[in-house]
Amino acid sequence: MVNSDNLNLLLKVNGTQHTLQIDPRVTLLDALREKIGLTGTKKGCDRGQCGACTVLVDGRRINSCLTLAVMYQETEITTIEELAKGDELHPMQAAFIKHDGFQCGYCTPGQIMSAVGLLAEGCPSDDAEIKECMSGNICRCSAYPGIVAAIQEVRQMQPNL
Amino acid sequence: MKPFSYVRATNQNTAIQGVADRQSAKFIAGGTNLIDLMKVEVAQPDRLVDITQLPLSEIEINSDGLRIGALARNSDLAYNPEVRSHYPLLSQAILAGASPQLRNMATVGGNLMQRTRCYYFMDIAAPCNKRDPGAGCAAIEGYNRIHAIFGASDKCIATHPSDMCVGLAALDAKVRVAGSNGDRIIPIADFHRLPGDIPERDTVLEQDELIVAIDLPNSPFAKNYHYLKVRDRASYAFALVSVAAALEIENGTIKAARIALGGVAHKPWRAFVAEDILVGAKPTEETFAAAATATIREAKPYRHNQFKVEMAKRAIVRALINATEKS
Repeated sequence: MVNSDNLNLLLKVNGTQHTLQIDPRVTLLDALREKIGLTGTKKGCDRGQCGACTVLVDGRRINSCLTLAVMYQETEITTIEELAKGDELHPMQAAFIKHDGFQCGYCTPGQIMSAVGLLAEGCPSDDAEIKECMSGNICRCSAYPGIVAAIQEVRQMQPNL
Repeated sequence: MKPFSYVRATNQNTAIQGVADRQSAKFIAGGTNLIDLMKVEVAQPDRLVDITQLPLSEIEINSDGLRIGALARNSDLAYNPEVRSHYPLLSQAILAGASPQLRNMATVGGNLMQRTRCYYFMDIAAPCNKRDPGAGCAAIEGYNRIHAIFGASDKCIATHPSDMCVGLAALDAKVRVAGSNGDRIIPIADFHRLPGDIPERDTVLEQDELIVAIDLPNSPFAKNYHYLKVRDRASYAFALVSVAAALEIENGTIKAARIALGGVAHKPWRAFVAEDILVGAKPTEETFAAAATATIREAKPYRHNQFKVEMAKRAIVRALINATEKS
């Protein structure tokens, strides 16, 4: 039997360095939630199928449940907690509220992080293409029309699109 | 998940040594398939060698074609301007697979090494010759709707899940590999195996070999191409049947043709018989139907996947029509 020895790890999350001692089996999702205490990122399927765990790594959206925390040293990790500045919501958060882009809210942090990632990638203008680009995020309450409307609004606010 | 030790490789040789001396050691890069398999204990490596720090992620055009570093992320390859203009079929195939989040994580080398999504392979309570050689196959007599119609054996009827590899098969890619005993180049058609009597082996890669790059030759298929994927949902689902079709048409005649199918075999299935019928013929629906009919003549469906035979035939015709209409 191999021992999973604890490893020392430096993770930069939302601009703050965290020194952790973790088993290499710990996923990035569990490190964020259980070790650092950032519970905004949600655990849905834990298998990369639902997108609730979406975070940005160096600005790109990924599923934090399907990867090991130990592999993300020297990267910039951004979670839902970083979007609002105090009481001022990120435009995507405000647009989700305005357009009813959620019901129960469990998938919402993942949806919003995925939408922010999509805008950084270069968001298509067509509703059907936006849906395709958001297909990694599942909403059990089926708030999809509101989610697409919210993304459309923020996309149109961006001056260079 | 079973315990394992974690090593971060700083160069190619130490990476290869890290797995060479240990049968249950594995490389990890994107991890999107491996971590998933480790969670359900289908994969139980006792050492993971992290190769993400190796300098293998460049995508470069050269005089012979394109060299794709094995650590290039699927999304970087799909959106690469050179790939979009010279190998749009590959771009289309990659974007038909997985989700944006997974494509941002998954590497090209890892995509080649994807394992089947056969339900019985994924379920450690079911017998599976691929996971546990000699245990038997639950799919042959079980629910085999998603399984192979070409090239299966009495040991395994699983399919290869990749879309990207179907595009690579149509484009005659070559896989560059480094190992303890030196380097070698494997044509994509020989890289993945049919199950035969050793379904536990998906590819011809040895334990101590690392994929370092994929080479694509110069391609005449940037104009008339189409990747058609038929699946249970509009997005983010594995193919029931997919077709990569590419034609070179000169003066109203097909000069060269490539047809590869996904979701139907243990490896990307090149339909050479269809290509032979297409070359030299006019690009008409009748020609396409003849090519499709010849392809499915070899099909051997199981109880629940008979629909795939007709679906493959129609998908080939539709992909070829779409490819022709692109110019």
